[in-house]
Amino acid sequence: MKMIPKSLMTLAGVGACAAFLAGCGKPSSGSGSAGADAEITKNAVASYVPPGEKDEYYLFYSGGHSGQVFVAGIPSMRHITTIPVFSPYPGMGYGFDEKTKKLLGDYTWGDVHHPGLSQTKGDYDGRWLFVNDNANNRVARIDLRDFKTKEILGPIPNSMGNHGSSFVTENTEYILVATRFSVPLPKGTVADLEDYESKFNGMVSGIKVDPESGKMSVGWQILTPPFDWDLGSTGKGPSSGWAFWTSYNTEMAHDQLETNASQLDRDLAAVVNWRAAEQAVKDGKATEMNGVPILDPAKVPGVLYYVGIAKSPHGMDVDPTGEWIVAGGKLQPTTTVLNFAKIQKAIADEDFEGEFRGVPILNHDSVVEGEVPVGLGPLHTQYDGLGNAYTSLFIDSQVAKWKMPPWTDAEKKDLNSVVLDKIPVHYSIGHLVVAGSDTMHPYGKWLVAMNKLSKGRHLSVGPSQPEDSELIDITGQKMRTVYESFTEPEPHFAQILKADAIKPIEVYPKAENTDPNAIWTAEEAGQVRKGNEVVAKMTAIRSRFVPDRLEAKVGDTLTVHITNIEQSSDMIHGFGLVENNMNVVLDPGETRTLKVKLTKPGVYPYYCTNFCSALHQEMQGYLVVRNADAVIPDDEPVNPASLEAVPDTNAVDGEPAVPATSMPEVPKS
Amino acid sequence: MTTLLDREYSFFHKSLNMWSRLILLLAAVIVAAAVFFPLWKLHLIAPQYADGLDMQIYAYKIEGGGLNGNDLDEINLLNHYIGMKSIEQADFSEMQILPFMFGVFFLLAMRAAVFGEMKAVVDLFMVASYFGVFSIGAFYYRLYSYGHNLDPTAPMPTEPFTPLIFGTQKIANFTQSSYPELGTYLLWVFMALLLAAIWFSRRAKVSGL
Ligand SMILES: [Cu+2]
Repeated sequence: MKMIPKSLMTLAGVGACAAFLAGCGKPSSGSGSAGADAEITKNAVASYVPPGEKDEYYLFYSGGHSGQVFVAGIPSMRHITTIPVFSPYPGMGYGFDEKTKKLLGDYTWGDVHHPGLSQTKGDYDGRWLFVNDNANNRVARIDLRDFKTKEILGPIPNSMGNHGSSFVTENTEYILVATRFSVPLPKGTVADLEDYESKFNGMVSGIKVDPESGKMSVGWQILTPPFDWDLGSTGKGPSSGWAFWTSYNTEMAHDQLETNASQLDRDLAAVVNWRAAEQAVKDGKATEMNGVPILDPAKVPGVLYYVGIAKSPHGMDVDPTGEWIVAGGKLQPTTTVLNFAKIQKAIADEDFEGEFRGVPILNHDSVVEGEVPVGLGPLHTQYDGLGNAYTSLFIDSQVAKWKMPPWTDAEKKDLNSVVLDKIPVHYSIGHLVVAGSDTMHPYGKWLVAMNKLSKGRHLSVGPSQPEDSELIDITGQKMRTVYESFTEPEPHFAQILKADAIKPIEVYPKAENTDPNAIWTAEEAGQVRKGNEVVAKMTAIRSRFVPDRLEAKVGDTLTVHITNIEQSSDMIHGFGLVENNMNVVLDPGETRTLKVKLTKPGVYPYYCTNFCSALHQEMQGYLVVRNADAVIPDDEPVNPASLEAVPDTNAVDGEPAVPATSMPEVPKS
Repeated sequence: MTTLLDREYSFFHKSLNMWSRLILLLAAVIVAAAVFFPLWKLHLIAPQYADGLDMQIYAYKIEGGGLNGNDLDEINLLNHYIGMKSIEQADFSEMQILPFMFGVFFLLAMRAAVFGEMKAVVDLFMVASYFGVFSIGAFYYRLYSYGHNLDPTAPMPTEPFTPLIFGTQKIANFTQSSYPELGTYLLWVFMALLLAAIWFSRRAKVSGL
């Protein structure tokens, strides 16, 4: 999805031209100027990671509607891998075997927007990466031990349009999410759109995370008006226990939002005391809907407050000190800086300028520290931990660097003076990320601008154009663009993690494999039949499958449990079954289960799809599917003759490793 | 001639002085310690294995390098392509005897230290030398048989060869090196200490005379 109303897209075009012209003024490599050459050399060296060397940081990009997460390295910006989350990914066999099929559920896509790294005491702890699915209201957890999606929660009940997500609290107590869309609740209820204001609702949800296993569950929800919550962040330090979201439709428009949701000068942002919400649920103040405790903020004071923010704002980012919250104005050329201490005071003093459906609206002037004139279309703000903020300017196609409060009186008088630097980006930047910005101790150093339009800055690839990401050095007074890369659709937000913060495994240790169907020797491999169920256990190792022949007939359901019995790094095998739409990929030490309903007679080769060894081509076998009326007795293991001929690695002096009589019964598990 | 025999007789019947006895105690400790350290190491490097694959031979076990000792499995896996049989600890019958022999050397060194007889030290030195030469020979024979009993139906037929026992050589894409490790050095120190014990008591008086 594009986060910007269509009217802005035209403006974006204008902005892009302006940026392009600005770009023309810049020295280029063709200019022949010695200064420009020195600049290019400096940038090249800054981003160059020689072959064999490793990057200093991980960059976890959201993959937008590709449903995936991309992993790149900084400073090289090299794409290293893709982590499939909400979409099938045959390259890793994701969505083909039973386990990942179950993870995906009924969906074959998702819309990943905002990755959030798990935190302990307000800093990344390197355990998990959480991502949201804007489309199907889900949250997924990726384990950084093996870079695999471990859990997908959802669709979250009573919640529609999971955009304001996934914001991780200081100690990963919760993933906080808010709804971009509102519908009549519970989901499945039908109401007339004319009744949008009265019958539709949004929701803020606390997704509880088990501190040990990471397992997620819906903790509680706060019912809200149908405002279209946009983006948020969680508090830290003094604002610990709080969270903040912008909304862009306080008008509660249900049609022509482009115009009708852009009428008010200020939209109401949510100031949520999530600890109070947690306590209120404990105190029994919630009612239940679909098994989730729901709080009505009008009846449970202290859980929710509003504050007006100009205008149709987008990002709402807490700074590393936890004292300041910056909202991007989007339709107004300013960012609004909120002072959390003043928010606390306004709440204590009941300094309200009104209320909406029983929820107090904080007095704007009492809590706003200032509105910084950063430029056109401010969306998101990131921090370097040195007192500087960096705001993406969608319409201007720039990043603005500005000084955070506290400001001097002179600065306050003219906040133009706190805007320190601007740099063009190409083009129409959405999110940006500064390394570690959402922690208490940002790494700083690098900023990645995620630009929505690349507009032919790359070799032409036809009309479907990639997104553009620029790497910006923020160590100096002036920002410096050092590198540009192109990514598939579509990074929205990203997280940057120091490489040494994690130590991923490269093989699944045999000792940790708890799959009841795992086998580790060729002797245990084979197949058994029970009625129309054929179950095989198979090993994969360089360069063979055992067994390399499977027997079944039309009407059977074939289940194959394959274990990659390798324990060496990068010795990955695939199991591709031709004309049966099946490709399972096995990392070293991994067991996966595939099921195929056999409908056509014939002989179907299976082969290793992930190049493994010099004899990779030879790593193949055959599935023989006989006619439905073929007589194959139950419970009599089929002993593929070829098994006898396969020399086992452990066999001595060519002794047959698998005597034909040693085929084990497959446990009925 | 008689004098020579007499001299020899009397040399074997010399009592060991305190220096020699202390040295023998040290030798006993060192030969016992040698059990716990690798005796030999095979190291294989190839472009795909930049960190190399290691196999360490102890008196009582073979241990692969890498995570969870996986290098040994990896070496076997690679060897199966040339039809070499799997290197299994169970096939090394000498590994059941080696720790026992080290124990015997320990006891004999202790015995020599306590009873203080020159001939006991000389006996021990002779037995240990014979044992050392025999072990190296047996080890060589092992490597020879692994390299010469290749399955003729293997995917990659290879000329029979003997993996190097000492030094570095190139085998296909691998650079194989094979060198003694701490355990073997300890055994050499043990032998040297036995000689030292003999040397220090070369002028000691003959016992029982
Ligand atoms: Cu393979």
